[in-house]
Amino acid sequence: MKALRIERSLARFAAARVAGSLAPGAGAAYGPLGIDDVDPPELPGPEWVWLRPRLAGICGSDLSTVDGTASRYFEPIVSFPFTPGHEVVADTEDDHRVVLEPVLGCVARGIEPPCVACARGDLGGCERLAFGDLSPGLQTGYCCDTGGGWSTHMVAHPSQLHPVPDGMSDEAAVMVEPTACAVHAALRHPITEGDTVVVLGAGTLGLLTIAALRQLTPAGTIITAARYPHQMQLARTLGADQVCEPGALPRVVRRLTSSLAYRDQLTGGCDVVLDCVGDSDSLAQSLAIVRPKGTVVVVGMPNQVKLELTTLWHRETALVGAYAYGLERPTAATGDEARRTFDLAFELVQTADLGRLVTAAYPLRDYRDAIAHAASAGRRGAVKVVFDLREEKERIH
Amino acid sequence: MPRPGFVLEVDRSTPPLLFWRGEGFSLERLPAGRTRVVYGPEPLDPVKDVDGTIRRALLEPVDSDPLPALLFPGMKLTIAFDDVSLPLPKMRRPDVRQRVIEAVLDLAAEAGVDDVHIIAALALHRRMTEAELRHAVGDRVYDAFAPSGRLYNHDAEDPDNLSYLGSTPNGEEVEINKRAAESDLLVYVNINLVAMDGGWKSTATGLASYRSLRHHHNVSTMQQSRSFMDRHRSELHHSNWRMGQVIQDAGVTVFQIETTLNTDIFPEPFGFLAKREWEWSPRDRGTYVATTKALKRTPERVKRKIFQSMESPHQMTGVTAGAVDAVHQLTTERVHQQQLVPVEGQTDILTMGIPYICPYNVDSIMNPILVMCTGLGYYFNFYRGRPLVREGGVVIMTHPTYWDFHPVHHPSYIDFFEQVLADTTDPLEIEARYEKQFAEDEWYRHLYRTSYAYHGVHPFYMWYWGAHAMQHVGRVIIVGGDPRAVRRLGFTPASTMDDALEMATDTVGRHPTITHLHTPPLLLADVQ
Repeated sequence: MKALRIERSLARFAAARVAGSLAPGAGAAYGPLGIDDVDPPELPGPEWVWLRPRLAGICGSDLSTVDGTASRYFEPIVSFPFTPGHEVVADTEDDHRVVLEPVLGCVARGIEPPCVACARGDLGGCERLAFGDLSPGLQTGYCCDTGGGWSTHMVAHPSQLHPVPDGMSDEAAVMVEPTACAVHAALRHPITEGDTVVVLGAGTLGLLTIAALRQLTPAGTIITAARYPHQMQLARTLGADQVCEPGALPRVVRRLTSSLAYRDQLTGGCDVVLDCVGDSDSLAQSLAIVRPKGTVVVVGMPNQVKLELTTLWHRETALVGAYAYGLERPTAATGDEARRTFDLAFELVQTADLGRLVTAAYPLRDYRDAIAHAASAGRRGAVKVVFDLREEKERIH
Repeated sequence: MPRPGFVLEVDRSTPPLLFWRGEGFSLERLPAGRTRVVYGPEPLDPVKDVDGTIRRALLEPVDSDPLPALLFPGMKLTIAFDDVSLPLPKMRRPDVRQRVIEAVLDLAAEAGVDDVHIIAALALHRRMTEAELRHAVGDRVYDAFAPSGRLYNHDAEDPDNLSYLGSTPNGEEVEINKRAAESDLLVYVNINLVAMDGGWKSTATGLASYRSLRHHHNVSTMQQSRSFMDRHRSELHHSNWRMGQVIQDAGVTVFQIETTLNTDIFPEPFGFLAKREWEWSPRDRGTYVATTKALKRTPERVKRKIFQSMESPHQMTGVTAGAVDAVHQLTTERVHQQQLVPVEGQTDILTMGIPYICPYNVDSIMNPILVMCTGLGYYFNFYRGRPLVREGGVVIMTHPTYWDFHPVHHPSYIDFFEQVLADTTDPLEIEARYEKQFAEDEWYRHLYRTSYAYHGVHPFYMWYWGAHAMQHVGRVIIVGGDPRAVRRLGFTPASTMDDALEMATDTVGRHPTITHLHTPPLLLADVQ
């Protein structure tokens, strides 16, 4: 079968890092990613099933891996060679469409009893990501045993599968996983009625987070900064009240929160920032625009950052991470009972018509173009770039 | 004998015409046979004995007792004067306000008046610096009054120093400076640079608060002021006059002193900028070429400094004192004498060169909002009768329109430009959705009161100033402007005048008529 794979090669990771620093996405041409004819992965256990991916998204974390900039923190919880692709809508062997929930928690790993986090449904917090029946891998798409969405065949545990409702397009279905991340991020910190919330970043994750905030929380004013006109337009339609250019953000926050300022430092600020970028600049800006005792939720995958933390100390800012999904506690918008993040994501994708964010699709063989497009999506007027495997020859046969 | 203004029909022999472009200028050829140029009258002769004329005006006022008869020991006297926005460019020392204030103070001293306050009537403009106050009132007055806290800037956001006097039959609240309201006599020292200035607008606007100003500084009023340079057809002035009645009814006695200046505004060697192009001498042409080349090589900040430091030789053409209405009528006649030009009919395209200065960027930056305000607010409204450009016509301005703001003077302008105009350029929508937020913003209020910032609401007023023009014209093109900034204003950028004229044909058709407003110096087109 055809599969894109990441090999463990320090030289290639170094080359990718250099290439990626010159042009985002260029790591696809020089780095550890390659297209291979490989044997399909074996079923890791009797319950496991075969999947034939239909669409598989390219995510920011995939791009950082391809460009060799991902944190070395992940080394113990990935296994090489692996096929990326964790945003997946696929066909089962009996031709049912499913969306993959990619976290490889205790149930998928055959670990009994499950860890404390998995036992309470907090899949993203699984403490056994390198143990059990599978090789290390925090998710499908980072594990050498499961394959991934950037191929024509992969395997999955039934606990990872969510049936796609009739009438839901593949484009909408492939947005469920990133939407689940956004839902979890929006619900990670309790947002109270009327809170002013800033979303940093207006790429896929930022836009989905805006939609999740608007639909699932009682947030008051939602502010975001966007570089490109299509991002601004989408941010508004998905629920942002004020969209500005990045350089204007501190001034927008100052004005809308009736803050004063000491030179460039705000005396107040917004209640919550959801940083969907996760680099030094965005985190520094998050700390600068959040009010004293406010909360910064790190949604975008960060790497090593250099950060002035005096403001965090002085203003008693809470800095929390938001990774993946699991079980969300009940809120006024989600009902009286805890619900799986993916269930909320399915609903949000449909109500907010999030399938429209899929703006470009490539066959596997054009993976370099696809990666380059995804890495410069904003500049090129795109949001979500996916691999379209529906017409792949090997998949059809 | 100064020559009156006139309208030149452009033909093949007409030399290229001067267009201001911020801190610079260009010469442009406009199509022969369908272009006309409106030139203002030459500078009127100034009064010969300025101090004597001022003293005579105070002793022989119109419709009022002489000033000495209004002064008595133990009284509270307040002298208010127009702020840094007038005149433009600032005049060489001694400023006419200094001369008038010194004359008033002499009479006050003769009458034994001790309790005198002098207030810069700046409404929601930025506070004047010490240097600016010294320039306006003179060192002697400044040193005598400022150290003891008796010479200061009006503060429209100081609730303890504002007096609510009542409201007009139209429900317009009148709230003005408390000291002025509670004085036995308020002497207002005015400079009438354009027909809009003076009259009841001096006190009812210059010494008012936002609570009061919002009743006439709004979109509806501006769209019903046709133009605001024509008091009798200006809703802006009707509102101010109604407020003036409330002020009078509240017992405030106003002794109005209005001065007029001639249009001799460019010092040598830049006098040629006011001349008609075909009358330029070889030396003028040489100066033009040398200046233009030098300016092209000069950094923006330096150019700005050079132009802003220019002091005009303009001189006083008259002064009238007494009752507000009577004084203002005579003043307006003198302004008309200096600026009025009869023009036959309207035009399809109105062209204008926007200079480096307007009332709101003295020692500051002509930001994009002020470019709009100068072109569509002021120049478009330099008419009496009908607008120079026909309804649905095109306005073409020349200006670099940098995306650049003075961070101290115009903080709320930055937010207005970045946040409000990014959302909408519709004055009515802007007024409804954003004005209150900006007007009541605590940070802007703080900067207005303690720094040198225009009030938070001021950029809105600038936008409203252009509301009548925006409603009237079909398209606005800015030649030579930063395309991003021009588009943010809702206008069309063009690289050259030829491009702009070509673009304009989409709106007004082929072979449109063109009128160029040759200003500065200022003029008022009497469109028949």
